Amino acid sequence: MAEANGHAPEIPDLPTRYDVIVVGGGNAALCAAITARRDGASVLVLEAADKFYRGGNTRHTRNLRCAHDEGNEILTGPYPVDEFMDDLMRVTKGQTDEDLARFTLEESKGLWDWMNGAGVRFQQPLGGTLGLGRTNAFFLGGGRAMLNALYRTAEGLGVDIRYEAAVTDIDIEDGFFKSVVVEAAEGTFRAHGRALVTASGGFESNIDWLKEYWGERAENFLIRGTSNNRGSILRLLLDKGIEPVGDPTQCHAVAIDARSPKFDGGIVTRLDCIVFGIVMNNRCERFYDEGEDFWPKRYAIWGRLVADQPDQIAYIVFDDKSMGSFMPSVYPAIEAETLEELAGKLELDTEKFTATVTEFNAAVREGHFDTDIHDECHTEGIDPPKSHWARKIDTAPFYAYPVRPGITFTYLGTRVNREAKVLMQGGTPSANIFAAGEIMAGNVLGQGYLAGIGMTIGAVWGRLAGEGAARHARN
Amino acid sequence: MHATDALTEADRQITICNACRYCEGLCAVFPALEMNRHFADGDLNYLANLCHNCGACYHDCQFSPPHEFALNIPKILAEVRKDSYGQYAWPRALAPVFARNGLLIACLLALSVALFLIGMISLGDPGALWTAHTAPEGFYALMPHTAMVWIFGSVFLFAMLALAMGVRHFWRDTNAVNVVDADAPSVWQALKDAGSLRYLDGGGVGCFNEDDEPDDNRRLWHHLTFYGFLLCFAATSMGTVYHYAFGWPAPYAWWDLPPLLGIAGGLMLTAGTWGLLKAKRQRLSALRDERMTGMDVAFILMLLLTAVTGLLLRFLGETPLMGLLLAVHLGVVLALFLSMPYGKFVHGIYRTAALCRYAMARRHGLRKASKAEPKATDAAAARG
Repeated sequence: MAEANGHAPEIPDLPTRYDVIVVGGGNAALCAAITARRDGASVLVLEAADKFYRGGNTRHTRNLRCAHDEGNEILTGPYPVDEFMDDLMRVTKGQTDEDLARFTLEESKGLWDWMNGAGVRFQQPLGGTLGLGRTNAFFLGGGRAMLNALYRTAEGLGVDIRYEAAVTDIDIEDGFFKSVVVEAAEGTFRAHGRALVTASGGFESNIDWLKEYWGERAENFLIRGTSNNRGSILRLLLDKGIEPVGDPTQCHAVAIDARSPKFDGGIVTRLDCIVFGIVMNNRCERFYDEGEDFWPKRYAIWGRLVADQPDQIAYIVFDDKSMGSFMPSVYPAIEAETLEELAGKLELDTEKFTATVTEFNAAVREGHFDTDIHDECHTEGIDPPKSHWARKIDTAPFYAYPVRPGITFTYLGTRVNREAKVLMQGGTPSANIFAAGEIMAGNVLGQGYLAGIGMTIGAVWGRLAGEGAARHARN
Repeated sequence: MHATDALTEADRQITICNACRYCEGLCAVFPALEMNRHFADGDLNYLANLCHNCGACYHDCQFSPPHEFALNIPKILAEVRKDSYGQYAWPRALAPVFARNGLLIACLLALSVALFLIGMISLGDPGALWTAHTAPEGFYALMPHTAMVWIFGSVFLFAMLALAMGVRHFWRDTNAVNVVDADAPSVWQALKDAGSLRYLDGGGVGCFNEDDEPDDNRRLWHHLTFYGFLLCFAATSMGTVYHYAFGWPAPYAWWDLPPLLGIAGGLMLTAGTWGLLKAKRQRLSALRDERMTGMDVAFILMLLLTAVTGLLLRFLGETPLMGLLLAVHLGVVLALFLSMPYGKFVHGIYRTAALCRYAMARRHGLRKASKAEPKATDAAAARG
């Protein structure tokens, strides 16, 4: 206990010394906590959010992608590791640690049984997501229901959980974790542990941090998930000599309804109608081919595209022909009987607005319209073109949705080895610091996204971290 | 534009659900709402009556309060549901009785018991009330069988008529914009779903009541209540068959079929209603609609009183209390039947109708109502 004397005396120690301290409260954190507890460790979970907002971005998830050799009552067919790996390589364009990636996907084969054993229930793929029925297991009731099940299981096992308990400092000596300082409603305290699992997400809700790479533009970003992913733990770890992974300047960004809340708008703010219309910025200029490819292959580029526009705002404009062809969203479309009226409602220059639409309409070469194929409806003689699904915007009422960049997650994280131990600068693994989930996802997912893979990474690495932490505490 | 604030709020919340769809596997409400993009009053009333109030979606929702979207589907649908009972009531003039239901049913009960007492005392031999238990003809010494048949028969038929008219209003309103094609297998499916309370199980995990643990027993209590009630009803029906078909008038020995059914039903009904009352008291305040409490409790208490007075009558039927108990029991039953179309009893009727519509919609999809077409044409003309 000699080292305890070195601490500032005003921070009281928590009387219990836990085997494993888990920082974070989402999927990865709970998988780690449950695994460590089942392995006999005493476990403390420190969740910065309150009970309602517990679980960070897991609250907003809806499914888990896992490899499996055979279909079952929910998963409609086999999804072998090789195919999963191909999918991952395609979306990351090779921005991945292939060894860790393949290891993750192999480990994902155990997740179906593990999740069922932890009380998580699954359901048939949701309406509009049939394409994922084979590869992704959907949580019955969504991510919050899944979290509730994990919390019930963890509490039943005797994991101690503290809400509104934010870790503000970590005591690390030569890569060896000793204690954390926690700011909680009941006051600040220091918790000692034999091993630390950091599962506290990325930094996408830290606007100041985003500004380091995006400048003032980041002020206009909306954060699709939790306001608690401020990256404070990631920052602490990197500052204390843990090796980073992933491009700090990159984040997953889609175009979401500009009227959405700053944080936690979740799934309902998404808009799937870009392929049905045109997109213009607040100078009434189109700036990208809206019909370049199928929407699922292109939705993730539009956040960045809108981020590059003046004031980080754009408008999806379409007409009555397309209304009802895409998933409904949280706010109604802005509606007008004429293009001039619509421009007025959007507070855009009426002349420029109608000119852009008129020019687009004149360039349209209509044919058989079909969003299931790369159809022949395209434009000629305008730049940028609209390569497919181009139809004249000529049937009242006219509609528009304002959109802004909606940030899903960031890619910067801590480098880990196969045991989920973080690596110090130079490559030596820490003896007792583990990482799981979004904070280390960049090891596997360096770029792009694959539906449900955030949960795959969280669950696989959460379990590895919990297992490793418990093993360390026992020895 | 909706008729009430509750409907407007339900539309707002349901629209968000339709954009999310995570709850699709929990019950019938979510797949049903996904079949629409716009919700007329009738559509919302249909969804409200489809909801069994299991509470799962509230606990599973990432947008529940304190999130600014403030979704609380069980609560808002309970409000809409309650309003819909009044809206579909027949005759229309009686719609307001749903507003202060508990008080009204209490008054109806007191009046009904008093009428039987006064009738028995003033129309027959005044002393018979305390001595009838020794008379060979049993109850009928106090009130002739024919009088009972006339009173209860006519009240029962009126209740059936009023309920049927209510369902007719419900069906017309819910099919105003989109219609379903009726078929017998869907009705059978709906009866099975209603009879098993299929959607009162939180999608399989169990349903919620006092907290976020899915360990609620309301399904059990409701089954005891409903099937207990049916057994009591069967007991009376069996007595009627004995009387008219076989010429065996009451009273019957305890081991005969009508009393056996009645005793079993009475015990189940007592246990079930007691459980439901307890569950209601424990309900999480966030899910509680205070405006409903009077109506809910009044109906459950009426059922409990029916069961308890029936059982007492059975067990104390050979004591001087028989006359008094008979008057009270008949008074309770009369008030129960009279209030059936104007109290919580209607929830079962509209829910079954909603389940029918759901089964039909799942089987055949929705068609645009022909009445709605002129509207669309008007809108198109206005645009042109």
